[in-house]
Amino acid sequence: MHGPFDALLLARVQFAFTVSFHFLFPAITIGLASYLAVLEGLWLKTGQAQYLDLFRYWAKIFALVFGMGVVSGIVMSYQFGTNWAVFSDRAGPIIGPLMAYEVLTAFFLEAGFLGVVLFGMERVGRGLHFTATLMVAVGTVISAFWILSVNSWMHTPAGYALNAAGQFVPRGSWLAIIFTPSFPYRLAHTVSAAYLTTALLVGGVGAWHLLRDQDNLRSRTMFSMAMWMAMFVAPLQIVLGDLHGLNTLVHQPVKIMAMEGHYQSHPNGAPLILFGIPNSAEKRMDYALQIPQVSSLILKHDLNAPLAGLDTVPQADQPPVGIVFWSFRVMVGLGFLMAGLGLFSLVARARGTLYTSSALLRFALVMAPSGLIAVLAGWVTTEVGRQPWTITGLMRTAESASPLLAAPAVAASLAAFVVVYFAVFGAGVVYILKLMAKPPAVHELAPPHIPVRTAGITPAQAIQPDRTPSP
Amino acid sequence: MYSDLTLIWAFIIVFAVFVYVVMDGFDLGIGILFPSFKVGPDRDTAMNSIAPVWDGNETWLVLGGGGLLAAFPLAYGVILSALYAPIITMLLALIFRGVAFEFRWRDPAHRPFWDAAFTGGSLLAALSQGIVLGALLEGIQVSGRAYAGGWWDWLTPFSLVTGLGLVVAYALLGATWLILKTEGDLQRQAARHAWRFGGATLVAIVTVSAMTPFLEGAYFNRWLTYPNILWVAPVPLLVAMASLAFVRSLKGGHELAPFLLTLLIFLLCFFGLGISVFPYVIPGAITIWDAATDRSSQIFMLIGTGLILPLILGYTGWAYWVFRGKVQAGSYHV
Repeated sequence: MHGPFDALLLARVQFAFTVSFHFLFPAITIGLASYLAVLEGLWLKTGQAQYLDLFRYWAKIFALVFGMGVVSGIVMSYQFGTNWAVFSDRAGPIIGPLMAYEVLTAFFLEAGFLGVVLFGMERVGRGLHFTATLMVAVGTVISAFWILSVNSWMHTPAGYALNAAGQFVPRGSWLAIIFTPSFPYRLAHTVSAAYLTTALLVGGVGAWHLLRDQDNLRSRTMFSMAMWMAMFVAPLQIVLGDLHGLNTLVHQPVKIMAMEGHYQSHPNGAPLILFGIPNSAEKRMDYALQIPQVSSLILKHDLNAPLAGLDTVPQADQPPVGIVFWSFRVMVGLGFLMAGLGLFSLVARARGTLYTSSALLRFALVMAPSGLIAVLAGWVTTEVGRQPWTITGLMRTAESASPLLAAPAVAASLAAFVVVYFAVFGAGVVYILKLMAKPPAVHELAPPHIPVRTAGITPAQAIQPDRTPSP
Repeated sequence: MYSDLTLIWAFIIVFAVFVYVVMDGFDLGIGILFPSFKVGPDRDTAMNSIAPVWDGNETWLVLGGGGLLAAFPLAYGVILSALYAPIITMLLALIFRGVAFEFRWRDPAHRPFWDAAFTGGSLLAALSQGIVLGALLEGIQVSGRAYAGGWWDWLTPFSLVTGLGLVVAYALLGATWLILKTEGDLQRQAARHAWRFGGATLVAIVTVSAMTPFLEGAYFNRWLTYPNILWVAPVPLLVAMASLAFVRSLKGGHELAPFLLTLLIFLLCFFGLGISVFPYVIPGAITIWDAATDRSSQIFMLIGTGLILPLILGYTGWAYWVFRGKVQAGSYHV
């Protein structure tokens, strides 16, 4: 019995590792693509060069992040088949078309126009270039739409039937499959998270440069824009997360039990456990710090509402409580810190110390990676909280794996992924940090060695005027 | 009706794979040829000629994989678990070469390393893809709805031949692309590569074609028994004619024709592969109808594909048009 279990666990670790690493990049590119579109739009509208400088500054970082997102994303489109062949076969008729739509409506849009955004500024008109930037931004959001639709169907499946081969096949309307009960909440919560993550990164970079040079107009602009985002989006995100939680309570109550750490049922109102050590062996929360009745208040809007606990769920259907309990608290704790940063910035703005308060700037700097950490913690909460199912209530993780999965093969490929990801993407992160460490400059990257034309990959026009393409 | 939709989907997947092979083929090919180019402007120019389009090209690989999952989920699961090692090798190789586009510009001190990653990744990705093709042609052991073979079944003399064959064929595509996109010394060097790898590609085509009929009885019947032989003979004849035209175009110093003729040869080879395996998606084991997804899924996807694929082809064509003409070294983007 030792073998297959090991292979299954390794396959789960492999998927978790590759998808977590991958998601860091889209979490940034979804927000950054829109930020680039806003910057270019402001430049076109106001004519102020600082917006173009900021556009170029962040476009360089975007190109690096996007490239890493592409190559780590290609891995994901094949991960379903290599280790999870049974899941692919059985769920393919439902999730396959949604993923195909993602490729068709999003990936091609992003990839097709990205080249023009990065390399084409001197080759197409400003309007057309702005359109290309918008297309990339729209593409990233469409991509989120489809892949979250797939993921939501796995959490709250709907609109399916089983065929003779044991496959889940569509029955009735595709709208029921695309818009499953958890989908609108998951989409809103995830896209908002991506915007917030980007705002915190941009704010952190702005803060870093303001701590060195208070007068850099470009640093000021990016910091101010980021703090407005934190001010508005962080509280919004808390509200969206709460709504998502209430939706989960209806459709996946067991996940909520694990998130709340409720081993026992509470017929007369459940306490909100702030912290504690989940003790799954003894089915209790050790050293719990809790507020009586408040969990019922949050989840049921009634202090005395009864809440069922994990004692009502068969052991075989329970998720691992410890991971879910802690990852949820990491996410929520960071979320409140982000809202605090937004509030702090508002106060500083009102006092006129937004660019000079070193307490605020340092806080923003420390918070720069908090969005990424919160996003991963949130995904761990929802995905581990769905266990032991890949499709809630319908298909167990253990029956989803490829039948002949052998531990040595999965272990070898996992080791290869870990080494390559840390080496390659580690180098990528170093390059991104190097770019971020340079202050945003006037005439951001106008290549000095090219005459006449200032950018683009084809200074050929400068040498051969007859080849200049018509505008 | 059901079977018609399945045929249409088989065609769409094959189309996506073909577009992937020729489009990523030329940029993987440039990666394979990369070490032969002089460090400095020549390498930068070669890189610049594909930098704006490579990720669009690789998106066709995602469509091929995602489309296979969507339209033929059984085949997707079986093929990927059977060809585990070469598929994962390909994915890791594509990571190295994909990041090299940006990294080599961001870190001049380590540029030789990222150039090597670009070449190594391109070479390994091409080799893995060729091995996948060969292993698939040889057949996959299936029991019930699952792969039933071992971890090393994919490694055979034939799959190594197809692997090497694809490497030289991609190098040929890359060389002819550079003839089209560059000038001067680099273009002359590309032309010499085109001669070399054109010859190697022909050898590979002949070798694979000669071995294929003897892999399985079904292939032999398709290609070498009367009267089938009359129906299929035009394919090798057309390959021979396209090869002659290719030689003439190189001799004549044409810039576009060698690339287009190479594409034609790829298309004919694809056609030949189709003759061998149709109507199987996993030769000898699973037909396209066995593996086909639910009819409702086929229709749902067909509506979107019918509407969107022409648009994709349109704006992809536009992006290529924007970057038309000769490429030179110079600075990277923005």
